[in-house]
Amino acid sequence: MTRDIHAGTADHEPGEGHGSLSGYLIGFAMSVVLTAIPFALVMMGVLSKQVTALAIMALAAIQIVVHAVFFLHMNARSESGWTLMAAIFTLVLVAITLPGSLWVMYHLNANMMLDAGMSQMP
Amino acid sequence: MSASPLAVTASAAGQERVFHLDHEHHADGASTMLGFWIYLMSDCLIFAMLFAVYGVLGGNYAAGPSPKDLFDLPLVAVNTAMLLLSSITYGFAMLTMDRGRVGATQAWLAVTALFGLAFVGIELSEFAHLIREGAGPQRSAFLSSFFTLVGTHGLHVSFGLIWMATLMVQVARHGLVRANRRRLMCLSLFWHFLDVIWIGVFTFVYLMGFVS
Repeated sequence: MTRDIHAGTADHEPGEGHGSLSGYLIGFAMSVVLTAIPFALVMMGVLSKQVTALAIMALAAIQIVVHAVFFLHMNARSESGWTLMAAIFTLVLVAITLPGSLWVMYHLNANMMLDAGMSQMP
Repeated sequence: MSASPLAVTASAAGQERVFHLDHEHHADGASTMLGFWIYLMSDCLIFAMLFAVYGVLGGNYAAGPSPKDLFDLPLVAVNTAMLLLSSITYGFAMLTMDRGRVGATQAWLAVTALFGLAFVGIELSEFAHLIREGAGPQRSAFLSSFFTLVGTHGLHVSFGLIWMATLMVQVARHGLVRANRRRLMCLSLFWHFLDVIWIGVFTFVYLMGFVS
């Protein structure tokens, strides 16, 4: 409720709060590094497949956070925190539905690939 | 919360009714940014579902080509660079917009649009190459889901480019008025959001296609 006091002033100027030159440059430099590393890992193939897969997924997650902070300027203050709330809600939905779909479908695939004898069971 | 003070005021004032509606002090378009953000979140759900579809169907090649046979990683790296560069140049457009410099804003928007055009051009040539090789969307479930996911992203970028051209005309006609600043900020969110989606695409579609 204390946030509502600041809501009025924050909403008055939609032009404020979209970053500085240094913010954009830091974000860009980090993005370049975080893009170059996974491409290099896959193209050179120095690590094992499993380690490479985990590394590029972790780097993608980090890069998404970097973009959200430095380019989309997400923070807990904009629109009295409602942008962050909407983003967290979306993230929860994605976290349930996306891995959930993959999990269910891979199990389904595995179960369908049993030998013919099993499918005859009542 | 808004109904009770309204009722009290109306009854206390008798004939003279005064309506104290919430948020009446807000400027025109003050809620646009939040509304547009919520649209972006719903768009995010669309892409999450397309990623899920690709995750489920991406291994079903129907005895056809696999990602390793089709994708050209250096080309994808160039494409990624185009989108990343367009992100930073759009950021520069926003910074010059803050200083009220119309010419510089237009110039950065034009540079952003060129990088965006390069991205769409490279993607279309990749699609054309795949279809010419007989690896069109009808070839296998893998390619259907690939074209749907990457095509939807490309379509978003294309619409972003149309939007950008429209706003450049608007800014040329009316300058950096409040309404145009708001529109440019919405497009900024849209453009950076598409770059975030592309991180998912190049990681899960292209790079993972070469790992597994």
